[in-house]
Amino acid sequence: MSSLIACHDCDLIQRLPHISEAGTIQCIRCGAVLHQKIRNSIERTLSLTLAGLVLFGLANTFPFLAFKIGAQVRQTTLLTGIQELYAQGMPELSVIVLLTTVLVPFAQMICMLYILLPLKFRRIPIKLPQVFRFIRHLQPWNMMEVFMLGILVSVVKLAKMAQIIPGVALFSFLALIFVMAAMTASLDSHLIWEKWDEKR
Amino acid sequence: MNQGLKTARSEGLISCHSCHLLCRSPEPAAVMICPRCGTRLHRRKPNSIKRTWALVVAAFIFYIPANVLPITTVVSLGKAQSDTIMSGVIYFIKTGMWPIALVIFVASVFVPLLKLIILTFLLITVQRKSSWRRKDRTRLYRITEVVGRWSMVDIFVVTILVALVNLGALASIHARPGAIFFCAVVVITLFAAMSFDPRLIWDTEESLNE
Repeated sequence: MSSLIACHDCDLIQRLPHISEAGTIQCIRCGAVLHQKIRNSIERTLSLTLAGLVLFGLANTFPFLAFKIGAQVRQTTLLTGIQELYAQGMPELSVIVLLTTVLVPFAQMICMLYILLPLKFRRIPIKLPQVFRFIRHLQPWNMMEVFMLGILVSVVKLAKMAQIIPGVALFSFLALIFVMAAMTASLDSHLIWEKWDEKR
Repeated sequence: MNQGLKTARSEGLISCHSCHLLCRSPEPAAVMICPRCGTRLHRRKPNSIKRTWALVVAAFIFYIPANVLPITTVVSLGKAQSDTIMSGVIYFIKTGMWPIALVIFVASVFVPLLKLIILTFLLITVQRKSSWRRKDRTRLYRITEVVGRWSMVDIFVVTILVALVNLGALASIHARPGAIFFCAVVVITLFAAMSFDPRLIWDTEESLNE
């Protein structure tokens, strides 16, 4: 029974072939990805999460972009735009930007750490299913890569008007996007549920 | 080709959407909980079609003010100029920055509209129990899931511009109500794509086989 799975996109029941090597299994009817087996999934994801947290710290403390017209320089951090939107009477927008670029990525990394650190030392964290489900629910609201495209567009838009100087935080943010993408991709959810089943 | 293919529903099973455990479901169960992870189980996403319709209609309505109202106002040396999404695109084309114009046009105008049209199309075909190219329709659904988030790019551009260009009387940029409507369109279509259940596309196949 445990190797049977129903496709989440078309509901077809099929037997998951047993694979020892890393690889991807797709639904035979609609092609949805059913399972991705990754070597050293827990260790890999854990190290990427830790790297991500360091980069997150850098991205939020150092200057992001500086804008220079003549003698006037304006330096901004990631949070400046959010504060400015709030000050201009657009709290809805500022909350959404804060969530999608700061809070959601941070929450995802903290929850990942909460699950993986105990698992690494053969313990099962309390409320693992709830926390794991929470990470999954957050995934669509992590929009850092879209924000990066937004930065590119704004820089091009302002390039004629003034000089734009990229800061440390910008590069950390860029690296964080790749680290978080790798973190999400390297987590083998079936493995987590197997561990949860074993220990119960 | 479809002889012998069984789905969770036809076998009286429910796949947990959180941990993918196949659970046996006794007849029309009121509330079922996954024995492994404790998630509430549903055979299909609850009220999928109604919910998705409601969200799609709401997004269509918000799409109008999002495109008609200005999203930013640039104040430079006492002169104020308001821009809508389209006038921003036109500005980029005129100044020769067509790659940026293309990015903004695709992300802010084309993608939200495409997403709404695809969802409407999927809803109508599911309601008419169509059997037309199920695999391709599932693929269309997956596209709407992946592509929707990129529409947020214009909102982020506004955020960054507002933060950077804030030099008092010399030059400053202000966010305008169009941005809120546009943001609402993007968020509502994200929810709409989440509430649609692609398994509904395949459900008619089994009823025909029976």
